[in-house]
Amino acid sequence: MSTAHPYLPDASSSVGPPLWLLLELTYRCPLQCVFCYNPVDFASVENELTTQEWLRVLQESRALGSVQLGLSGGEPLVRDDVEEITAEAHRLGYYTNLITSGVGLSRERLTELKRAGLDHIQLSFQDSTREMNDFLSHTRTFELKRRCAEWIKSSGYQMVLNCVIHRLNIDHLETIIDMAARMGADYLELANTQYYSWAHLNREHLLPSRAQLERAEQTMRQWRERLKGKMRIFFVVPDYYEQRPKRCANGWGTTLMTVAPDGTALPCHTAKMLPGLSFPNVREHGMRDIWFDSEGFNRFRGQGWMKEPCASCEERDKDLGGCRCQAYLLAHDAGATDPVCAKSPHHHVVLAAVERAQQPRAPEAPLVFRRKESSRALAQRPLPTR
Amino acid sequence: MTHADRPSLRSGIRLQWEAVQNSYVLLYPEGMVKLNTSASEILRRCDGVRSVDEIVADLEATFQRAGLHDDVMHFLELATAQGWIGATQS
Repeated sequence: MSTAHPYLPDASSSVGPPLWLLLELTYRCPLQCVFCYNPVDFASVENELTTQEWLRVLQESRALGSVQLGLSGGEPLVRDDVEEITAEAHRLGYYTNLITSGVGLSRERLTELKRAGLDHIQLSFQDSTREMNDFLSHTRTFELKRRCAEWIKSSGYQMVLNCVIHRLNIDHLETIIDMAARMGADYLELANTQYYSWAHLNREHLLPSRAQLERAEQTMRQWRERLKGKMRIFFVVPDYYEQRPKRCANGWGTTLMTVAPDGTALPCHTAKMLPGLSFPNVREHGMRDIWFDSEGFNRFRGQGWMKEPCASCEERDKDLGGCRCQAYLLAHDAGATDPVCAKSPHHHVVLAAVERAQQPRAPEAPLVFRRKESSRALAQRPLPTR
Repeated sequence: MTHADRPSLRSGIRLQWEAVQNSYVLLYPEGMVKLNTSASEILRRCDGVRSVDEIVADLEATFQRAGLHDDVMHFLELATAQGWIGATQS
């Protein structure tokens, strides 16, 4: 058996292929979740790519080496061409993942998607009870989601449930895990909200206390043990409670390419918020030029852009300075060290937010639901300044 | 996993040649692993038809090497623990 490694990286280019392609087919969504990561000014994006344009993106990206495909949004199923897009993706050899709230799914549509070659569905819940699910999403969708889970299971798919965790539902973890287990989920993703976009606006409502987080981790560990071999549970802690930042989308421009509904190509789905950076549009540029040559994708590639304390930090290879959007939101400088890092001169901003989260209090500002009206108002607001 | 088991890729798992990466990869929900040559040669034979013994014999014949049994078994256990393959018992 050959022991040679015939796939050493090409020495002529240190930039690998965009293995992960995420298509945000639309920002339209019937849900109004308070932690949505879509841009707060999503309502000003109207000219969605056509079916033919999405198919061209798929073809060009596949030639570049993209192989994992996420179909997301918004709610992707509000478009009636998800079946056609899935079929072309399947034909090209992508592994296709549909990321959905379930709204817009029916038994017939699921059959059609499966026939088109859909490989996987991730279904989101907002909480374990009708009352809380429907409150957090501002819609009556809980019963529909339960039905979707049954259809997914009976269609022979592995069932991956996702529930975004935050201060308002973290104490219900027990019932959330129990619900997932009863539904026969294979995987349950319990990802704490990270604070971008709508979640950043609502942060004072959503950031859990340390005590809540510790209880949740304990609950999760017990259930992990109990459900061993039946259901896997992923639990993601909010960055604010970490001492070191995470890589930005596995490294800016290393793995992920997101295409927003209007065709803007991005190194991650929130990067559009960064000022002074231009991101190319797939309507005007080919995917190869976008990935390798555009200013937007090259701006934070590698480590040349780093300042202190990152530039001389021994951990810089590991976290690559953390998240650029978090640096912008918290330090007002997209080129700064992610303030989640204890070495950041802006780390006190994170500590202050965490400190406030330890107080039992109701924030003065109301929760802002992800609604068109709110989005239009937010689009008018000035950019944060240093 | 026993000698007579006939391993196959589990539902939702796909083995695929990727020219750009010049290797086989294993694709699963929202993830991917790039396989080395040994792993891909073993997994390509996990078709639910061939038994573990037959897979070992085939690999030994193809690569003209004896004594692969333990390595193959070790990998199949690992792949089972990862949820990549399941065994159809005979």
